[in-house]
Amino acid sequence: MKILVCITHVPDTTSRIAFTDGNTKFDSSGVQYIIGPYDDYAIARAVELKESNGASVTVLNVGGAETEPTIRKALAIGADDAVRVNAAPTDALFVAKQIANVAKNGGYDMILMGRESIDYNGGQVHAMVGELLGIPSLSPVMKLEVDGNAAKMSREVEGGKEFVEVAMPFVAGCQEPIAEWRIPNMRGIMTARTKPLNVVEPVATDEAVAYVKYEQPAPKAGVKMAHSVEELVDLLKNDAKVL
Amino acid sequence: MSILVVVESSEGKLKKASREAVCYAAQVGGDVIALSLGDTPEAELATLGANGASKVLNVAGSFSSSEEAAVAVSEAMNSIDANLLVMAQSAKADMIGGRVAVKQDAALVSNVVGLPDTTNGFSVKVSIFSSKAFAHVALKKDKKILIVSKNTVDVKEEGGSANVEAFSVSLPDSKVKVTGEEKASGDILLTDAEIVVSGGRGLKGPENWGMVEDLAKTLGAATGCSKPVSDMDWRPHSEHVGQTGIKVAPTLYIAIGISGAIQHLAGVNSSKYIVVINKDEEAPFFKAADYGIVGDAFEVVPKLTEAIKALK
Repeated sequence: MKILVCITHVPDTTSRIAFTDGNTKFDSSGVQYIIGPYDDYAIARAVELKESNGASVTVLNVGGAETEPTIRKALAIGADDAVRVNAAPTDALFVAKQIANVAKNGGYDMILMGRESIDYNGGQVHAMVGELLGIPSLSPVMKLEVDGNAAKMSREVEGGKEFVEVAMPFVAGCQEPIAEWRIPNMRGIMTARTKPLNVVEPVATDEAVAYVKYEQPAPKAGVKMAHSVEELVDLLKNDAKVL
Repeated sequence: MSILVVVESSEGKLKKASREAVCYAAQVGGDVIALSLGDTPEAELATLGANGASKVLNVAGSFSSSEEAAVAVSEAMNSIDANLLVMAQSAKADMIGGRVAVKQDAALVSNVVGLPDTTNGFSVKVSIFSSKAFAHVALKKDKKILIVSKNTVDVKEEGGSANVEAFSVSLPDSKVKVTGEEKASGDILLTDAEIVVSGGRGLKGPENWGMVEDLAKTLGAATGCSKPVSDMDWRPHSEHVGQTGIKVAPTLYIAIGISGAIQHLAGVNSSKYIVVINKDEEAPFFKAADYGIVGDAFEVVPKLTEAIKALK
């Protein structure tokens, strides 16, 4: 079985979000980058399947050279090799086309990724990759078991979950509790250094969307503290007018 | 200009977010045509006229995969010559939108929180970094898809009913087989709720959730929880509100015994009003709240439930 896991290289969840150059660029100074938390579930599940069913796991990232430490971390968790498409991930369709281009001749049985990145939160790439490759795409997937040439999954739907069966190949956007996050161990970190990381150039596409300007949310007016339950009810009734 | 709006329903009733999407399209301006996939009663669909739809296309049948749904949506766009597709944000919309964008060679943005600015091209405001910031995004294709966040526009009801027409489309064979489903506990959908009451570790154990449920019932609210609570299996994962769980955007969010880790805030900071009940006055959640009360949940919550009952 061949598994492709697509990861994002995103600011740590606790990062201060700020912008520079007249609010036209994300301010990355002092920002710690991590594997996207949802993508971490995708890698962890791929490595679990490798251990239980036997599989080769390739990790893919669309990004500049600065994302390589993040890719190495995925290798340390247990991926066998990696591909970096050498381009800034400008929008969802651009990224999807890069992934589809790598995947189309790769013979992957499944393509896993997080349900969304935690920077732009678009949540669109898995569906676009599925459409570009003409294969099913499912998200958010909370459970994934392999059964012969098919997979049994549970996915979140509004108001509960749905159990589905899909023949391979497919694309899945992952979320908890699909797997337990893995922390690389020392042996993993050592072997990751020598695992292959192939850099490929992007395929050209025309621009679909452009991020023109950023803005910070308006600061909260400040919390109004109630000193009794009666006062809280009064605030909700007469100040917020929600009761 | 024709605008297609995909609407969703739950148990035969159109979702409020779908009505908002129709109102959003009406405010963009153009001939607004809704598309319903599945089995919503015709009489219910006709009420979309009041929200601004001139017509509703109704595709009967069940859709087990986003591939089938995307074919139907794309064909409907072609048949009415739509250059704009609007959908309310949902797991389903996210699954369909990306596929339609590829089929139509359209520019797609999700998490839209404002009406388009067309003074210079076509741009919209979207939330990014889990609502910790916003971006203004220009859509650079002739065809455009907007997936709109809840509460972006108000629902207007201005009388009038829309014609409902059957729309037939030949669908590809689905490669996805649905084998079962499991409904989340509670009567009110967390993602659709106007009020959400959530509990955290401060409640000490699953046996204490009765008071959370009582408060929720009194308010007509859905119940949620923090990540540690679902990790410890005190509550099902389907109730986990936060960065890696469900993101909610209710009018009122009440957090009981939740300290307010940044990952939790990422799931709730689109709420209009946040109330924090915590015995620790240093809890970081108070900084993100609109109203707060320092006190023991075991005393405050039952009192609050009684006080709200007395109001009604």
